Amino acid sequence: MNASARRLTAPLLRLAVLVAVTLVVLVALLVASGFDASTALQAMARGAFGSWYAITSATLVRAVPLALTGLAVAIAFRAGLLNIGAEGQLLAGAAAATATASLFGATPSALLLPLVLLAGVASGACWAGIASWLRQRFGVLEVISTIMLNFVALYVVGWLVRGPLQEPSKFYPQSMPLAKTLQLPALLEGTRLHVGALFAVTLAGAAWWWLRETAGGFRLRAVGMNPSAAATSGRIDVARVSMYAFLASGALAGLAGAVEVTGVTYALYDHSPGYGYTAIAVALLARLNPIGVLGTAVLFGALQAGGNAMQRDAGVPVALVNMVEAVLILLVIAGDRWRGSAR
Amino acid sequence: MITPLDDFLEAAVRTATPLALAALGECVTERGGVINIGLEGAIVCGALAATIVAGTVGVAAGFAAGAAAGLLITLIFAIFTVYLRADQIITGTAITLLSLGLTGLVYKSFYGTTGVGLTIPTIGAVEIPLLSRIPVIGRALFAQPVITYALYVLVPLMAWWFMRTHSGLALRAVGESPDAAVAAGVRPRRVQALAVLFGGVMAGLAGSTLVLAQSGTFVENMSAGKGFIAIAIVVLGRWTPFGVAGAALLFGGASALQYLFQSLGWNEVPYQLFLALPYVLTLVVLARASGRAAAPAALARRKLTLG
Repeated sequence: MNASARRLTAPLLRLAVLVAVTLVVLVALLVASGFDASTALQAMARGAFGSWYAITSATLVRAVPLALTGLAVAIAFRAGLLNIGAEGQLLAGAAAATATASLFGATPSALLLPLVLLAGVASGACWAGIASWLRQRFGVLEVISTIMLNFVALYVVGWLVRGPLQEPSKFYPQSMPLAKTLQLPALLEGTRLHVGALFAVTLAGAAWWWLRETAGGFRLRAVGMNPSAAATSGRIDVARVSMYAFLASGALAGLAGAVEVTGVTYALYDHSPGYGYTAIAVALLARLNPIGVLGTAVLFGALQAGGNAMQRDAGVPVALVNMVEAVLILLVIAGDRWRGSAR
Repeated sequence: MITPLDDFLEAAVRTATPLALAALGECVTERGGVINIGLEGAIVCGALAATIVAGTVGVAAGFAAGAAAGLLITLIFAIFTVYLRADQIITGTAITLLSLGLTGLVYKSFYGTTGVGLTIPTIGAVEIPLLSRIPVIGRALFAQPVITYALYVLVPLMAWWFMRTHSGLALRAVGESPDAAVAAGVRPRRVQALAVLFGGVMAGLAGSTLVLAQSGTFVENMSAGKGFIAIAIVVLGRWTPFGVAGAALLFGGASALQYLFQSLGWNEVPYQLFLALPYVLTLVVLARASGRAAAPAALARRKLTLG
């Protein structure tokens, strides 16, 4: 087998191992907490893959924001930035997209939908930019600052949907539903899967190529691996590379928020499924590889879609799925360390 | 007569108590050179364990159970970071995710998916005679639950321990220079593991306090970032017990401001802005306090190795 074929099969093999390990962890947790594993797993499989509608409208619809935020986390981590703030950047993107839509919603035009999406991208980048600035200027640990910004974003959204952006009857804590012209078109007729899925696939491919083949991608990886070596090489402006990586990461998460609003919810709410947190598991389990992110995003989309069905049909709390994610992260770290010590 | 200011100061100290407990524990952990982002998880585990045990056995047992739960979940963190030398930040994040999932699962299997109006016995405030009559600060400092009074003993004790005992010196040596500590006959891994576990116990107590001295009920994700705020408090407190206590009080005050404004009738300010205030304050404080030279030199010395 030549090198390029191996490069294609290795990630698939890894994904297969990951799926198998996920199943083992899932069964172990189900048994340990006293649930009937076969009933729960059947409900889960039905919810995630049971029908064409379940695959497209439950699993893949969830995989889209997970892939975009997973890419956001992967790019930041590759640059050595521990951006735990994809959740806040997603909310910032969703809020800005909704605000733009309600500001210009009365003047429908073909340019408006791209503008709404761009507003989300810019807002996510700005939200990440705060953490980036705090890091460069004051040396604030980005782990802490991004988590704090997640909470601030959640409260800002909570205020927006009860204040400036609240729907006209002023009864529900949510924004006015988006006009039809501002909703992303469906990708497959008769399903909820929207063209946002194409953004995720395209951007994953672009990020993969960019990281591998361009000078910018090389600089980002160099900074992530060893910032002081990158700095002493004299050819890499570490501060600038870090800032761009942080902004790109925020932009991707902001796009995820805008895509959720225009493609799935059609309005802004003050609760969130927590895609930005699951994104950390998505990115780490893909070993920070953008193409791999697509695979793990579908895996976690299936877990979450299946988890909801499992809660509904088998009475197993969906919180169990969050535990699976955490256990998988710990297994990856442990596996890495084990192999690392063998080197 | 009790004025709005009295109420505010009392609420500030009450809100500061769990933050101070968690931050003092993290202070010890970080002095040993480890940063535990999983603190948040230990707090929420402690809160749930305290809820379950206090509801069936009693309040004192609830505190013990909370501390034990904080210890157990932090044991995983200690094994990964101290013995496997895994990345502290990633491991801590995973521990927090694990705890949020675990507590959600256990809570629902104990109390059903609806989470029916759960009320737990709580410890009331104990007024200390005479001292609680001091104007302005009397009620704030001396009409509090017993767990707050425990802090009045713990803070000076910890300061003395850091600076004046052999084991305190060993801890600081490990945090500043593990190699030098080894040369001095200290076993860094054992010291670090104990420091991390102590932080877990304190975080568990902080979670117990949230339930047993404050809300009287458990809500999923009720830690709401307090573990991360505690880490900011340690930075602001310059890694010293008295500094940490003072910083915790500042954050308690920021959280209590909403009560003051409510009692003054300033209802036109959206309450979400008050809820966001402690988090914004954390950012401002970190910007002011970070980057100076008080941090233990070997803190979080373990680079990201994934990818």
